[in-house]
Amino acid sequence: MTTESPMVRLTGVSKRFTKGKETISIFDHLDLAIPGGDFIAVMGPSGSGKTTLLNLLGGIDRADGGEIAVADRRIDGLSEGELATWRAANIGFIFQFYNLMPMLTAAQNVELPLLLTRLRSKERASRVQTALSVVGLADRVKHRPREMSGGQQQRVAIARAIVSDPNLLLCDEPTGDLDRHSADEILSILQLLNGELGKTIVMVTHDPAAANYAKRILHLDKGRFVERELAA
Amino acid sequence: MNDFDLVRKNLFRRKLRAVLMIVSILIAFMIFGVLAGFYRAFTAGEDRAAADRMITVNKINFTQPLPIAYYNRVRAVEGVRQVTFANWFGGYYQDPKNFLMSLAVEPTTYFDVYRSEFDVPPDQLQAFIRDRGSALIGESLARKWGWKIGDRVPVASNIFSQKSGGHTWDLTIAGIVKGKADHIDTNFLLFQYAYFDETRSFGKDTIGWMILQTTSPENNDRVAKTIDAMFANSTAETSTDTEKAFGKAFAAQFGNIALIVLLVVGAAFVTILMIVGNTMALSIRERTREIGVLKTLGFSGPRILGLVLGESILLALLGGLPGLAIAALIAMALRASLANVAPAFALSPVIALEGVALMIALGLITGIIPAVNAMRLKIATALGRG
Ligand SMILES: Nc1ncnc2c1ncn2[C@@H]1O[C@H](COP(=O)(O)OP(=O)(O)O)[C@@H](O)[C@H]1O
Ligand SMILES: [Mg+2]
Repeated sequence: MTTESPMVRLTGVSKRFTKGKETISIFDHLDLAIPGGDFIAVMGPSGSGKTTLLNLLGGIDRADGGEIAVADRRIDGLSEGELATWRAANIGFIFQFYNLMPMLTAAQNVELPLLLTRLRSKERASRVQTALSVVGLADRVKHRPREMSGGQQQRVAIARAIVSDPNLLLCDEPTGDLDRHSADEILSILQLLNGELGKTIVMVTHDPAAANYAKRILHLDKGRFVERELAA
Repeated sequence: MNDFDLVRKNLFRRKLRAVLMIVSILIAFMIFGVLAGFYRAFTAGEDRAAADRMITVNKINFTQPLPIAYYNRVRAVEGVRQVTFANWFGGYYQDPKNFLMSLAVEPTTYFDVYRSEFDVPPDQLQAFIRDRGSALIGESLARKWGWKIGDRVPVASNIFSQKSGGHTWDLTIAGIVKGKADHIDTNFLLFQYAYFDETRSFGKDTIGWMILQTTSPENNDRVAKTIDAMFANSTAETSTDTEKAFGKAFAAQFGNIALIVLLVVGAAFVTILMIVGNTMALSIRERTREIGVLKTLGFSGPRILGLVLGESILLALLGGLPGLAIAALIAMALRASLANVAPAFALSPVIALEGVALMIALGLITGIIPAVNAMRLKIATALGRG
């Protein structure tokens, strides 16, 4: 580990949910630092707070206490609008169920985040093309989600996540709905994005084989991390 | 791709549903356009009524006759500048379907009272006054049948008959009357009362109504009171009112119909509002997850609000604009046949603008609740737990 400031830093973060009269504490003064260029797999039992962690990192949910900084920028004090702008520029999300727009083609789905930029349509088109090439779908631009396999849809989702060139990718069980072969393809792409393009990746997974693609595995249990270095 | 493409694709993701909504909105605005056109036609008279013109009719109602002797007595009332009178003829040309707006009038005074509305070349007016069996026709009537000065036209009545038998009067066209402004209807035929009265088989020495012009609108009230007092307790009591008020009373008959129609249209609109509003709410709720994804990508709450409102407004316009266009076509098609009853029947620019405003309002009202919900939606909730 170097001493330079990490890509992600959680300091004393607390998160609670209230269900009716009951309040459950997910994190209580949690600390975490993820250096830039890391590829982390987060594992842990269902309900341990893995998705909640990603939501906090991506600024789509708020902590009840503590500080969250991404690339040296504090995000815990940002307004909803500021968070939206910040997410558009800094975060790429990849979900278990792809979450593509059914009425849009692959290229249009990938273009969505670029609608938030000032790029001209020509420039947008070339970025979309590049992103789709990275995930190996340059020949599927006109296909709609329902005309593609799960693996292909997830590759489109990855292209959408990287098209505006964010530094941090947050993946919530990206292979949870895929067969082994498609899962390996997706994981290889993530590895490539991490290795070749230097993207910092935090990936939640249940699957030990998927976790092995990462550089480190964090086990989340009862609101605490237990780190295990990978035996390569 | 831009936000508008997104709005458009969202709207048409369920084609049948979108088309059904568009068609129902289309029908609502078609009805709106036609009825608004009618309403305008019936109320148009009010605006152009001259302030110093009054109408004296039988107090029972305006279809009951007045004795012709009243004419000279009204002439003598102080504050009256000019008086003329007319009698409804109930005319048609060749076939009762070809209704002819025709009146028997007092030829020397009629165009004096209506001088701000109509233009008659002086020589043609003189010819009309001179020839008892002649008629003046309005420009648009002349155009409709292709009649020219000198033509002999058989005008039949569905009320009156000749002493000599038959329902037809042969009249020679002495001149053509022009309106002084576009909206003035010239779809009429006027002929001499004296000739009419002499030849008809019943109703002799009675007239339909008198039109008088006061020396100034300030005298209207006094003149009306004097005239009506003069004939009080006679066999034919009178009611004198300004042309404006008379037009209103006349329009009020249609006004009741207009009210019913308004209620029907209102009910249709409210129904459509609820259907479209509910369908919008449903289709936005179906997309909760996608809205969460858009927000994750960095679409702001206000932008999402705009996308949803854009969709409901686009829907209203896609139904409403063709609806208004069809209404305009209907108005054009009916204009000729309704020229007698509702000469100003048309889809005016004002109605079109009101229609567009109504569409935008419809779009906003049906879209606002789902739009605000979508704007406020929490991403974590929208994405569920996965
Ligand atoms: N919006 C919410 N409201 C109430 N409880 C929630 C909410 N989101 C998550 N939780 C609870 O927090 C815990 C952690 O959830 P989550 O982060 O989704 O777990 P994981 O992804 O590890 O399965 C669970 O017990 C879940 O029920
Ligand atoms: Mg989860």
